[in-house]
Amino acid sequence: MASSQENLPLVLIHQLPRFAVSFNHWIQSKFRLLEPSDPDFPTLSKSVRVMLCVAPTPVTSDTLNEFPFLECVVGSTAGLDHIDLPECRRRNIRVTSAGEAYSEDVADYAVGLLIDVFRKVSAGDRFVRDGLWTVNGEFPLGSKLGGKRIGILGLGSIGSLIARRLEPFGCIINYNSRKKKPNTCYTYYTNILDLAGNSDALIVCCALTDETHHIINKDVMAALGKKGVIINVGRGALIDEKELVKFLLSGDIGGAGLDVYENEPSIPEELFVLDNVVFSPHRAIATSESFENLRELIVCNLEAFFENKPLRCEVKFE
Amino acid sequence: MAEAEHRPQLLIFRPPPVFTAHEDEFSKKFDILKAYQSPLPTDLFITTYAQSVKAVLCSGASPITADLIRHLPSLKFVVTASAGVNHIDLQECRRRGISVANAGVVFSEDVSDVAVGLLIDVLRRISAGDRFVRAGLWPVIDEYPLGSKLGGKRIGIVGMGSIGSEVAKRLEAFGCTISYTSRKKKLSTSYPFYQNVLELAFNCDILVICCALSDQTRHMINGEVMSALGKDGIIINIARGAIINEKELVRRLVNGEIGGAGLDVFENEPSVRKEMLGLYNVVLSPHKAAFTEESFFDAFQLVVGNLEAFFSNKPLLSPITDD
Repeated sequence: MASSQENLPLVLIHQLPRFAVSFNHWIQSKFRLLEPSDPDFPTLSKSVRVMLCVAPTPVTSDTLNEFPFLECVVGSTAGLDHIDLPECRRRNIRVTSAGEAYSEDVADYAVGLLIDVFRKVSAGDRFVRDGLWTVNGEFPLGSKLGGKRIGILGLGSIGSLIARRLEPFGCIINYNSRKKKPNTCYTYYTNILDLAGNSDALIVCCALTDETHHIINKDVMAALGKKGVIINVGRGALIDEKELVKFLLSGDIGGAGLDVYENEPSIPEELFVLDNVVFSPHRAIATSESFENLRELIVCNLEAFFENKPLRCEVKFE
Repeated sequence: MAEAEHRPQLLIFRPPPVFTAHEDEFSKKFDILKAYQSPLPTDLFITTYAQSVKAVLCSGASPITADLIRHLPSLKFVVTASAGVNHIDLQECRRRGISVANAGVVFSEDVSDVAVGLLIDVLRRISAGDRFVRAGLWPVIDEYPLGSKLGGKRIGIVGMGSIGSEVAKRLEAFGCTISYTSRKKKLSTSYPFYQNVLELAFNCDILVICCALSDQTRHMINGEVMSALGKDGIIINIARGAIINEKELVRRLVNGEIGGAGLDVFENEPSVRKEMLGLYNVVLSPHKAAFTEESFFDAFQLVVGNLEAFFSNKPLLSPITDD
């Protein structure tokens, strides 16, 4: 390693191999990057002060035990369910997230998935590519968006952007959130079951916590009904995936657009026979613009950490 | 009794999907002459059965040509189950004093929803991602091309009629900027207007084709327009295939000279040029942007409403006027 590199502040790159995304080339001119493959990893891991947690790579208590001088985890995602936050708090480790760096792109994608399921866009594309249009001209009718009641689970940054995008489509917006939001004209439901019972589609975009684990369960799916559609751009574990598969296969729910799954990258392949499911490989954030926003935020937070300046999108531990 | 009442005759050459979906209700109100079910060739069928027919129900699959009109001496009304009327010889209808009605705006919202859906799909690779997962490529292949954000994109609407304005309204909510070209500047909108599609293309990232097919608009989206749009440019077409020079579009898509396309309509439906089938930046749709249960019902009601108005000498609900 060039000696100039060794004088740069040390940043630990914490990344599961299956996540292909890399921020290294964006930050290696300003920081010395420490990865497990580094021959100095055993010694340097005992002194490194800041970690860049790439994608939802888990940060558990065991992880934190390996880095006794860690003071800060710079996250690259909006969701933080992969980080043991209580443990970070206990050890006085600060945590930052991606904040709203890609909220718009996730919202756009959620709407795209909703249109796709109701209007069978991907199914139509498959129909044409498989040569079926010339053979058998019939294609099933779609379902109009206008007038549909859309239940948004989690009216945070992403949820409210989704709501605003759906308004000009003539959709009626309902929501459930931890707290009712002032200054919205959308109808608030105090619990997910009532939301589902009064909606034609649910868009799941809340954080995954102990409370929200499997919040979309079989009762919620039954309340949503046979024509109901579920779009998930949150986390796979927000939905009881086994039940969702059963409901979809038995036709007890109308369709689904899924960007996230309980056990990525495993997908419930039994659903591949269905035309009313749109599968997405956890890409709702994946635009060059979002990655540029993330790059800027990560560099900003790493620099701020070393300069003892305030961090952006820092988790407030209550 | 209903059976004894006189049901007016309604001639149909090829059944529009809207008719098929509501055939029973149509049959209760009208005596349907089904040319498509007759063993006789069309001209013989007409001479034998349709000489006193006053009304025809058609759609894109059953063009009403001047020749056909001349063989229907009693024809006074043509109603199409579509918004488009490019398949009807309007000049001959005018000459003969035949009224024409279309589907008005019943399909506009649904068509605009799909236009937006196709655009999001192209920019964010939704259908390509779905194919990727179904092919078992996740997690085998880690790398996957990034999509492109909608917000900030400059959208050029070609044809600011009912469909164009619904598209514009939706895309504004995504943070897109809207401009347009149309036969005439619209006083009711404040979006920037360009005199022609070439200028519009120079100043936009994405063209959404929402205009009617006519002699003026045939192959209007040609190589020059595509060059002006640029190599990252995207074209969404939910109007008529022939508005785009499809051969040129496909050539540019294959060579990477244009960014992508979302197409619900094609020059030679249901044939789709096979070079497109291998492209991941193209989303293909089998001419169904208008097709929902709800719009079919609305279209059915409008067609019946127009026919009933015609047969009782009342004003048509959605007549085509000269303009």
